[in-house]
Amino acid sequence: MFAVATAGLLVSMTLAMARALLGPTVYDRVMALNLFGTKTVLLIAVLGFLAGRPEFLDLALVYALINFIGTIAVLKFFEMGDLGHGVSEVASQGEA
Amino acid sequence: MGVLTDVLSWACILGGLFFIVVGAVGVLRMPDVYTRLHAAGMTDTMGAGLMLIGMSFQAGLTLVTVRLLLIWGFLLFTSPISTFALSRAALHGNVEPIRIGIEGGGS
Repeated sequence: MFAVATAGLLVSMTLAMARALLGPTVYDRVMALNLFGTKTVLLIAVLGFLAGRPEFLDLALVYALINFIGTIAVLKFFEMGDLGHGVSEVASQGEA
Repeated sequence: MGVLTDVLSWACILGGLFFIVVGAVGVLRMPDVYTRLHAAGMTDTMGAGLMLIGMSFQAGLTLVTVRLLLIWGFLLFTSPISTFALSRAALHGNVEPIRIGIEGGGS
């Protein structure tokens, strides 16, 4: 039954990757990659249960952290054009 | 573990798988960034939550369940944040929301 879950996860990961390749705007691509990362976390957990070694869950936890931080960093880069400044600083620079 | 936990675990995992596949199809077929975010959020909450709950039924009361609950709580906190940041960035980047079937909507 874990094999069924793995197959379904792989199919939906393929669909998310198709949206990442097709996506008209950059936000579609970022969203599809975020979704792909969430499904990768689930896939790592299910694969650990499938192989009888649930220690893989540590990898899934770390991957969830990296996925979130990467998404936020990419979004901030595309919104601000810069990773080093906050919203208020960029706004005040725009006014000045 | 008895038959009851097995049945509960498979029901939760298959339900989560259903939500994940439906969310992926929605992400592929919805017309707009904001509507696609709705499908993606469904995958993050119902799909991942049900699947992790099903796996924790399978693991029993061990340290594995604690890790699964940690992953679940982390996804529960970070998925709305990234969805909000995405929609805010898309609005900031002048992506217009699609308007279909709004009668007399004006603008």
